[in-house]
Amino acid sequence: MSEIIRRDPRREWIARNRLHPDHASVLAALGVNRGGAAVSEWLGPHGVVRKNPHAIGFIGPNDVKRIDRSGFQQGGQSAATTPVAQDSRRTVTIDQPAFLVAVVPDLTGGRLSAHDKDLLGLARRVADADADQPGAVVAILFGEHKGEGDGELKEQALGDAGIDRVVHLNDEFYAGFAPEARLAALSAVEREMMPRFWLLPDSPLGGADLGRRLALRLGERAATGVWQVEADNEASLGWRCTARGGAGSLDIQRPLPRVALALAECAEPVDETRHAAEQLTLAASIPTTLSRIEDLGQVAVDPAGVALAEAEFILSGGNGVKEWGAFHHAAKVLGATEGASRVAVDDGFMARDRQVGATGTWVTARVYMAVGISGAIQHLQGIQRCDKVVAINLDPGCDIIKRADLAVIGDSTQILAALVTMVEQQRGGQRDAA
Amino acid sequence: MQPDLHQKQQQQGIDVAVLVSIGRHPTTGRARRAEQDARGLELALAMEAELPGTRISMLHAGSQDDSSEAALRGYLGMATGVGMGLESMTLLEQPEGSDAIPALAKHLAATSPQLVITGARAERGEGSGLLPYALAEHLGWPLVNSLASVEKVENGVVTLLQALPRGQRRRLKVRLPAIISVDEAAPAARQSAFGPARRATFEITPTSPEADSELAQWHLAPARKRPKRLKIVKAASARDRFKAAASKSEGKGGQVLTDVTPEQGAEAIYKLLKEEDVLR
Ligand SMILES: Cc1cc2nc3c(=O)[nH]c(=O)nc-3n(C[C@H](O)[C@H](O)[C@H](O)COP(=O)(O)OP(=O)(O)OC[C@H]3O[C@@H](n4cnc5c(N)ncnc54)[C@H](O)[C@@H]3O)c2cc1C
Repeated sequence: MSEIIRRDPRREWIARNRLHPDHASVLAALGVNRGGAAVSEWLGPHGVVRKNPHAIGFIGPNDVKRIDRSGFQQGGQSAATTPVAQDSRRTVTIDQPAFLVAVVPDLTGGRLSAHDKDLLGLARRVADADADQPGAVVAILFGEHKGEGDGELKEQALGDAGIDRVVHLNDEFYAGFAPEARLAALSAVEREMMPRFWLLPDSPLGGADLGRRLALRLGERAATGVWQVEADNEASLGWRCTARGGAGSLDIQRPLPRVALALAECAEPVDETRHAAEQLTLAASIPTTLSRIEDLGQVAVDPAGVALAEAEFILSGGNGVKEWGAFHHAAKVLGATEGASRVAVDDGFMARDRQVGATGTWVTARVYMAVGISGAIQHLQGIQRCDKVVAINLDPGCDIIKRADLAVIGDSTQILAALVTMVEQQRGGQRDAA
Repeated sequence: MQPDLHQKQQQQGIDVAVLVSIGRHPTTGRARRAEQDARGLELALAMEAELPGTRISMLHAGSQDDSSEAALRGYLGMATGVGMGLESMTLLEQPEGSDAIPALAKHLAATSPQLVITGARAERGEGSGLLPYALAEHLGWPLVNSLASVEKVENGVVTLLQALPRGQRRRLKVRLPAIISVDEAAPAARQSAFGPARRATFEITPTSPEADSELAQWHLAPARKRPKRLKIVKAASARDRFKAAASKSEGKGGQVLTDVTPEQGAEAIYKLLKEEDVLR
């Protein structure tokens, strides 16, 4: 068939003329008529798509004709073909990778952080650059991976982030500050898999430390603070990067070395494909080194002394807190930093520097517990970057409930008291057992 | 016997080498003492105050000229008493643009201090923060980064507090000799006094410089502002795009517990807190 659209002006004229005796048969021949209803769209004489608004739409309430152009109700009665919200990710498996890109995510709190996901996006860009010879992304995970949900879903979270292979090292001696043990493990990966690139997040006390150690161990001059990566045929590995240097005052353009430490937002996270996240185990056992650094564990810091903006766990009180003494006690028992809504501050129950929200502090807590806070937009703005929100409120219809991952409907005083008793009991039990 | 020995150790103190670089004022670009290195020196001075007999030696590898000398004197002026070990500092002389690591590694191997304190990153040049790691790898010493304070030194083992994100601290025990690097978590440096800074002298040691040829090939430019990330909405129709832009995010719809006793509610919350590992 030739590519040229052959047009028959006479037939088009008949198609436009509803009163013509051949109208219906011509329409059928043109093939624009769906489902037997009146025609709503056809190609006009100048190659422009013409539409007949009388043929589409439906009679809404009050006998008014409505046309919904969202695509759901095209062509009159064909409303039944509403697409179901379905999983749009393409599944990709790479069986024979041409090369490997190793990524060591931070896995803060057992989950891939936003920074990790950006980094994996960058790894995918590097791996997928040549469609004929795709590389595979290997993630080396230290410590427990919590994922979103369990079983299948847990693996899916890794695959969704763009990971083809996973090396999961969950032994006890990798926990805490164990750079020497982790470095030994990464060296073993290097020996066995020879990845073309090593990518780590340049985040304090995560990849920034481990990545620099790894670079020196491999004898590479790492690029640090990388925020842009572009293909470059002149570079030895085919990529060029832009890195921040000189305390953030310089942009350094250099060929991408084998080890790169990237900043957050270095690339878009993966959101169109799903990868296999297949488990790998290392063939050789990792030599255990005698560590010269001993981790004595975290020191208890006074949560009240932690700046609100960087606190990890915040107990925030609003207008619905009736017993402030009990609230302060609860914060102490839970070991949480105290926050407040504006009303609580205005009423003088909390200090001004404790206010969370648009005119207060923008917090980044991993767990934010809102007690008796309705969730006004000014307040919700301040907690945008929190991971998990727990709400205790009397009103099941208020806005904080929509934002919360866990909402308990009930009286704040009673629930807090029950929680405090429970925590104290558990602690007491542990102490007895110990 | 034991406490006696302990006392002796305490009194002996240790040799601390502080590596200092030339900083850059963020707005004017002038040479100054580097923020993090000054904090490192502050840490050493605090150790000296607590641990009598601690000897501090300061070390800089670079060229000698007027502006860098003024910046280095900024460190020397931090001594507030006599005999604080800051009457002079060692300058490993090498021209601008040479690699500081071999010179420093050689000097440290020769003088063998027990503790080396550095800043996390330099304020000029590449500023990659690789130097402490390179020295640790060269010398084969353990390295601890992001230090908040030194708690005590005992029998060749130093107890440190490392700063974690979110204001947390971690206690570590490290066998000496070791390298520790300091960033913003360490206590702020004291002011520099003019008199002692003026009186201090430099001990200049010539080195056999190695030019940093790799750095010379790179393209260095003043930092550009990073583009803001746009919220990309992948929607098929205009209506979806409008909805995504106009509606407030509803969240994924969490679990809502209605009609529960306070105990049941508290239990659910307790479970979540345990899962997230925020209860200590
Ligand atoms: C320009 C501007 C800036 C603002 N900036 C901020 C800001 O930065 N931060 C901020 O927080 N606000 C800010 N506000 C105020 C904001 O609009 C709300 O007024 C405020 O957040 C409401 O506080 P609340 O949720 O504590 O009080 P309320 O809205 O009164 O909510 C109290 C909630 O507690 C519940 N409750 C009552 N009794 C109990 C009980 N016994 N047990 C359990 N629940 C109970 C109620 O059901 C209700 O949901 C700002 C307002 C403006 C105009």
